Amino acid sequence: MSKLRTAIGPHDHVQGPADAPLTLVEYGDFECPHCGRAHHFIKQLQRQFGKQLRFVYRHFPLTQMHPYAASAAETSEFAGAHGKFWQMHDLLYENQEQLGIDLYMELAEELGLSQPTLRSALGSGEFAAKVRHDFSGGVRSGVNGTPSFFINGERFDGAVEDLADALQQELQRAA
Amino acid sequence: MSTLTPGTAAPDFTLHVTPDQTLSLSELRGRPVILVFYPADWSPVCGAEIALFNEILPEFQNHQATILGVSVDGAWCHAAYARHNNIHFPLLADFEPKGEVAKKYGAYRQKEGIAERALFVIDEEGKIFWSYCSPIGVNPGAEGILDALDRLSAQKKGQGDEQVANSDRAA
Repeated sequence: MSKLRTAIGPHDHVQGPADAPLTLVEYGDFECPHCGRAHHFIKQLQRQFGKQLRFVYRHFPLTQMHPYAASAAETSEFAGAHGKFWQMHDLLYENQEQLGIDLYMELAEELGLSQPTLRSALGSGEFAAKVRHDFSGGVRSGVNGTPSFFINGERFDGAVEDLADALQQELQRAA
Repeated sequence: MSTLTPGTAAPDFTLHVTPDQTLSLSELRGRPVILVFYPADWSPVCGAEIALFNEILPEFQNHQATILGVSVDGAWCHAAYARHNNIHFPLLADFEPKGEVAKKYGAYRQKEGIAERALFVIDEEGKIFWSYCSPIGVNPGAEGILDALDRLSAQKKGQGDEQVANSDRAA
């Protein structure tokens, strides 16, 4: 079974307490419909497990298959540089079918971010390296598609519907 | 049928890479080759696997490695599949005689008439350095390939250092 090889660090986007007994890492692609579906499940898991769950999101855009995956990931990183990663992350998934520069501009405005700065960041690829870094770490951890999940560092191979049970079991095992 | 194991000489082959062109493994001697056998163009798991390798091409290129996909689909099918999915590496047609190359590598499923989901890393001298046969329904990912390429590069570097050391002694 594959293990997560890149430790969670300051470069990561994290929700939930650092000392939570459960850490769920997702490798995702904003244009991947399965990730869009998983997004709603994860929101449920966060409500269900509360402070017991720490959630980490990393990028794994399949850019040859999904033409907007990279720009969407970079847009989320741009928002992250202004402290609004999660808001942008949620909005991108909620508007997954409209990905593209028009949507990014609209969402930037909605979050009070500068549209020209975002446009130039996307043009210069300012955040491309960060996205690529996530991707490479994912490949080394055996991520073979999206979404891929790791529970406390161990690859979770089941369906997204079974995440809640798997987390519950891990909680009992750890206790 | 068991998959060829490390240390074995990689059987040479010549296959169609486009309807008009063929490629032989021996032409690639001198650089690592990643050989990816997969069951079929257009199938969901293969699609995910090929898309992943397509995405990782730059990392393979960092190792000067060439990646080749092989299935029993014909050259025209490969051409349509590659165009549809933006595939930037060669897909070889193990089409006539069907599955002959897959059989030589121990990567053929006689009953279904398709290639196994098998991976080979072949070194600069044409020897199999690493191989892995994945369960047919499981996308093997790329970590095994990248780890093998790392070890191959490290080994080459080690040998290089050794040669330098030897020539130092000789001097």
